[in-house]
Amino acid sequence: MEFKTLLTSAAIVVLSAGFASAQDDSILAVDGDVIKTRAAAPAFAENLDTVYSGWHFRSGETQALQMDDFENPAFVFVDQGIDLFDKVEGSEGKACASCHEDVADFAGLRSSLPRVENGELVTMENLVNECRTERMGAEPWKYTGGQMTAVTALIGLQSRGMSINVAVDGDAAPFFERGKDLYYQRVGQLDMACSNCHEDNYGVMIRADHLSQGQINGFPTYRLKNAKLNSAHARFKGCMKNIRATPFKVGGEEFKALELYLAARGNGLSVETPSVRN
Amino acid sequence: MEFTRRNLLALGSGAFAAASFAGMPAFASKTDDAISAFTGGASVTEGGIDLTAPEIAENGNTVPVSVSAPGAVSIMLLATGNPTPAVATFNFGAMAGTRSGATRIRLAKTQDVLAVAKMADGSFRTAGTTVKVTIGGCGG
Amino acid sequence: MAKGVKPRVKVPKSAAAGDVITIKTLISHKMESGVRKDGDGNIIPRSIINRFVADFNGQNIIDVTLEPAISTNPYFQFKAMVPEAGEFKFTWYDDDGSVYETSKKIKIA
Repeated sequence: MEFKTLLTSAAIVVLSAGFASAQDDSILAVDGDVIKTRAAAPAFAENLDTVYSGWHFRSGETQALQMDDFENPAFVFVDQGIDLFDKVEGSEGKACASCHEDVADFAGLRSSLPRVENGELVTMENLVNECRTERMGAEPWKYTGGQMTAVTALIGLQSRGMSINVAVDGDAAPFFERGKDLYYQRVGQLDMACSNCHEDNYGVMIRADHLSQGQINGFPTYRLKNAKLNSAHARFKGCMKNIRATPFKVGGEEFKALELYLAARGNGLSVETPSVRN
Repeated sequence: MEFTRRNLLALGSGAFAAASFAGMPAFASKTDDAISAFTGGASVTEGGIDLTAPEIAENGNTVPVSVSAPGAVSIMLLATGNPTPAVATFNFGAMAGTRSGATRIRLAKTQDVLAVAKMADGSFRTAGTTVKVTIGGCGG
Repeated sequence: MAKGVKPRVKVPKSAAAGDVITIKTLISHKMESGVRKDGDGNIIPRSIINRFVADFNGQNIIDVTLEPAISTNPYFQFKAMVPEAGEFKFTWYDDDGSVYETSKKIKIA
């Protein structure tokens, strides 16, 4: 075969054979930089030894899409994020770039969110909308909409390769506990909890899908299924609908607590934003 | 002839079989039509063309495929099981570095993906591969 | 003009005269296939990029006819000859009549 479409020369990869029943041993390198996709599980996650990024559970072709920033379809949306970052909006006549001159300064933000500020749990979407409404005098963006995912992907990208490290103690403790309760709580007609699939059965096939641990280190993620960026809350909502439960509100207290708990379950993995998943 | 129930039944099922046989290769003929339009009815031989697609597509929305046919003037890609088989036609110009191209396609279901190349000498070559398209797990 | 359509192109900055280089192109476009239905059961009309052309210094490299089976955000990878320094021009044609263009220069190393 004269050329392989998806394996670029810059990618260092060892691909295991097709659909293994457990996660594979491949190494994720993006344009030469290795990204940590497995780590020792955090102590509080008693039922896990190792945490694995969702990358490991995808087919070889899907994994390859994430190994090159041109091949990665998410970057079309990151480009849109750059345009939005520079766009002047609102009564104050400012763009994000007016205050945040270099988006690269956001390195380290994604890896520490969600976090507690003044007794409230805040996510990146909250911070973006706070800036827009309070400092730009602009309309807030829809929490899981295209503009928000484009910009949170851009900001998240600045932390790519950095270890997820969210605080779970001190002020964060009550939110962490809430998130943990939600993770193990059975819901819906199918009466299932997140843990039933993502802790008890990761690595196993559910019909033709390869179940992951449900880590969120790669969000917002480009899903092949809808050919666009998806935020974590949108994914939580979809999962709950699959279990035939009434989903919690995106941007609401339940999903934010769940996001904190899930982020913490991935402490030690690297930020992969923007990732490519099924 | 006196029609016993047995006769009637045999006649009926025969007619039914004939009718369904006549109507059967619906999708196959759409592919054949597309190929005929491309070749002008000329014969197509196998080989001389490389078609690469995954054995199992993670998601039918985005299936990477690549095709290469040294000496080809143009290559047509077909998805025989899609509502419309035509996918794309690569036409190579003077500045083409190789007679090859790669893209990402939508496949409605498990099917054969075909490539038909028109060679510089006017002949036509073909290659095909089966791609399994799966349904996601929780339906989500 | 379809909304939010943006091309992205990857071309090396320089090459040796006579090299064959790999070009990758992408354009953000929904590629509405014409078989989907909306909430009321009505067919959403087809609206796709139907043609992609790449030229170098006015000469054609590749001319692709696209059908609705090309995925959202059409991606193409192909090879081009670089006999001399010059400019690549990439053009996408939309069903709605819009034309999207971008170009990249290349130097001879």
